[in-house]
Amino acid sequence: MHPLALNFDFLFSNFSQLTVTGLALGAVYAMVALGYTMVYGVLQLINFAHSEVFMYGTFATLWTVYFMGGTARTSGFALARMLTVAMVIAMIVSALVALLLERVAYRPLLKRNSPQLMALISAIGASFVLSETMGLRDNITRWLGLNDNFSRYVSGARDTRGLPMDIQTHQLFPIGNYHVTNIDLIVICCALLMMLLLDQFVRRSRLGRGIRAVAQDPESAALMGVNSTRVVQLTFLLGGLMAGAAATLYMLRIGATRFDAGFILGVKAFTAAVMGGIGNLRGALVGGLVLGVAENWGSALVGTQWKDVVAFVLLVVILLFRPTGILGESLGKARV
Amino acid sequence: MGQDVAAGPGETTGRPMLEVDHVTLRFGGVAALDDVSFEIREGEILGLIGPNGAGKTTCFNVMTGVYRPTRGEVRFRGRPLTRMKRFQITRLGIARTFQNIRLFKTMTALDNVKVGGDTNSSVGLLNALFRTPRQRREESETHQRAMELLEFVGIGRRAEELAANLSYGDQRRLEIARAMATNPKLLCLDEPAAGFNPAEKQRLMELIRKVRDQGFTVLLIEHDMRLVMGVTDRIVVLEFGRKIAEGPPAEIRDDPAVIAAYLGVDEDDAS
Amino acid sequence: MSRLGLPTMTLPPQLRGRPAKAVGVAVLVLFLYALPLLDLPIVTTPDSDFGGVLYTMATYVLVALGLNIVIGYAGLLDLGYVGFYAIGAYVTAVLGVQHGHWPYLLTIPVAVAVTMLSGVILGAPTLRVRGDYLAIVTLGFGEIIRLSAKNSDWLGGARGIQNVPKPPSVHLFDVPHLKWENGTVLVDVTNKTQAFVFGFVDYVPYYWMALTVVFIVLIADMLIKSSRVGRAWEATREDEDVAEVMGVPTFRYKLLAFAMGAFVGGLSGSISAAGANFIYPDSYQITVSVIFVAAVVIGGQGNRWGVMLGAALVVYLPERFRGLEEYRILMFGIALMLLATFRPQGLLPPRVTRRAKALERDLEDLETGEEPQEVTS
Repeated sequence: MHPLALNFDFLFSNFSQLTVTGLALGAVYAMVALGYTMVYGVLQLINFAHSEVFMYGTFATLWTVYFMGGTARTSGFALARMLTVAMVIAMIVSALVALLLERVAYRPLLKRNSPQLMALISAIGASFVLSETMGLRDNITRWLGLNDNFSRYVSGARDTRGLPMDIQTHQLFPIGNYHVTNIDLIVICCALLMMLLLDQFVRRSRLGRGIRAVAQDPESAALMGVNSTRVVQLTFLLGGLMAGAAATLYMLRIGATRFDAGFILGVKAFTAAVMGGIGNLRGALVGGLVLGVAENWGSALVGTQWKDVVAFVLLVVILLFRPTGILGESLGKARV
Repeated sequence: MGQDVAAGPGETTGRPMLEVDHVTLRFGGVAALDDVSFEIREGEILGLIGPNGAGKTTCFNVMTGVYRPTRGEVRFRGRPLTRMKRFQITRLGIARTFQNIRLFKTMTALDNVKVGGDTNSSVGLLNALFRTPRQRREESETHQRAMELLEFVGIGRRAEELAANLSYGDQRRLEIARAMATNPKLLCLDEPAAGFNPAEKQRLMELIRKVRDQGFTVLLIEHDMRLVMGVTDRIVVLEFGRKIAEGPPAEIRDDPAVIAAYLGVDEDDAS
Repeated sequence: MSRLGLPTMTLPPQLRGRPAKAVGVAVLVLFLYALPLLDLPIVTTPDSDFGGVLYTMATYVLVALGLNIVIGYAGLLDLGYVGFYAIGAYVTAVLGVQHGHWPYLLTIPVAVAVTMLSGVILGAPTLRVRGDYLAIVTLGFGEIIRLSAKNSDWLGGARGIQNVPKPPSVHLFDVPHLKWENGTVLVDVTNKTQAFVFGFVDYVPYYWMALTVVFIVLIADMLIKSSRVGRAWEATREDEDVAEVMGVPTFRYKLLAFAMGAFVGGLSGSISAAGANFIYPDSYQITVSVIFVAAVVIGGQGNRWGVMLGAALVVYLPERFRGLEEYRILMFGIALMLLATFRPQGLLPPRVTRRAKALERDLEDLETGEEPQEVTS
């Protein structure tokens, strides 16, 4: 099909489906975007390795399911319970990876007042280390002599690994000519709930005020007794929790993951954060949802192979007309 | 008002160089500047003073084209400074220094000044690549002029030092040299004596007079009364965004409104 | 009296005066050309063809020089440089074999022109968007180029383009390689490089071609950097607002840096296509852009020698230690983290020579008993 022929027919006849599933996809983007936007707001740093924080969450989900004995026959209440536990574990794992990242890859540089670009290099290096470690896990366990115990977890280290069960989709209610499924609903509601909690936390709690203070003016914040190291840690922690939750929702929807699955999703999520206004929490939400829906509409119009192009073209267009993103942000000063 | 502009080579006509015409600047609901009007005449040294928060820096920024006034107009030699890009304003002939010293830290003193001097150069990349005679000539002129300026302000020996490694006083001088390199008609100095001891301030006053004697018009924002009284031809006083007095130093010193505005601030207070 | 006087303006600053220095440079240049023939024991890569490795190194050094203009001189974070690289390669391939039969050398100017144009088109709207936003937009640009090539049959689709044209061969003479055996150096007449034949097995002529282009671009870089253009870039990078106030039209110079970067990027892409028998879109992924940036930053951004070293290392080290193939990326990641933490200024930080010279001068003053420096506090 010629790339410039826009398939409006397809778009309109499947509008509901594209939009609803786009929102679900966008919700996942949004949750990961929060991690990028928060770290950027507080440190003016692109946390390149956040995509791996997400990826570890997906594996945590997968392994929890293995561990709890999930099989193709697991369903209904047992499955729901399994996945809930998996989400909690994934959130914890992702948060821990994020904290480790902060401690090892960023804090030493920030303490030495290194140039910005070097922090980015450290982030890139950390991203490679994290993803390769996952991709070489079979070698690592072999080297540690633990091969037999963990073979199920580490085999096929560079392959796509899927959840052992098919998650049954139940059609719930129609919007337009599309029946919204339970998965769509769970993903969207879960994501919105978590983001609401985060928003309230940042807005109302003492710790949240600390984050906003450091984002606005680190020196004054320090003068007011805010411990900026703790604030940075907290920022990474919250981003990690969100990414972990997103990871489970992602597994719910896609069902499979890989050691490099974080990469392209990370790029998209960062794009969403910038689109919505970097440093702006609500912007990350809006950016993510807009991106998810736009991607779906775009791939309907010009074909799925151009899906990723749609994301970037959209970004450029938005930045052209609104250089500070959809919900705006004054450069250097984040509105968290 | 009456006092003539001090003598200098060339123009002493007292023609207005920069006119601030009923300028008002609002930030949100706050009027940072409220109907301010005055002019800077060719060849003079004009001082802009006022207590903290009076709007001096804001006024300065409006006059150098950084801010656009909400109402009113700023005219440079008759031309309004409306929608011009900052580098165009510099090319018109207005140069400035910065209160908190903003040099190009990783460049040498010489290069810092050359950047200012490059404003007068018109060659581009291709000329540079092929080292055409015109480029070589302009480059040599820029170099020559930069060295002269560095000597003029007194840091010729430090030409090849990184700006970041210069002493505080030398950095201030470098800022002045850099601004002068753009060949301005009007040179605006933003608190050039901040952080100086009395001996350095004395030297600075001499330098400013030397600058004016070269044919530049100077606008000076300063906190130090003695310096301002000693070196300026006329003074404009702001308070809460309004002009409260204007005239030669002798008049300003005795002006009750000015004294009231500065109540509690000793003349001898070196800020 | 200033001790600087009026410098001669014809040569770039580094090459003035001192004939001894010129001879040293000449020897070094000759050595570099001879390098693949020498078969030096430790340096030569055991598991891969050294000529091919050097060819790739030279191409990456070229890339690093171009990207250094964008990131190092002008301070613009470009995470999509692979886009320019790809455009250069694809134009050569398209004109040479896919939709034409242009001779290789004629494709180069077109490749460079098209890439420059794309650089200007990309830069014009996005350089007004400041700082880190530029990073994500350029990243997107790189991806758009790759995906467009992949999804377009006109450009060969996912398979790419085969039989990319090669430079014209002219067989003038043969150059034998050396061989080291038990500590003695022999001339191995069975292993010869045909100069200048651009074939499928021997990469040495490609290396020579790339190396020559590197020298040309290097000299151009020195000439441009030591002029007002270089100063304007530095000032813009240091403090854009102040540069504007000092009369520098910063947007124009940023766009110029972008265009120059695109020029060199397209050139290097075209050069790399010469030795590649086929090109395909997935070889131009984001990861490659990241490696380019790493090469520039590792070496010490802004310092042309540093970035050249960085690029050379980035290619050489994985090839030299090919046995550890599986762990290459992991070790690259660890190396980046260590470098960022312990040597953030890069391997060869800029201004080392300047400070050293100034220090030397001060010491000279003390020794010759000149008047002590003016006391300015």
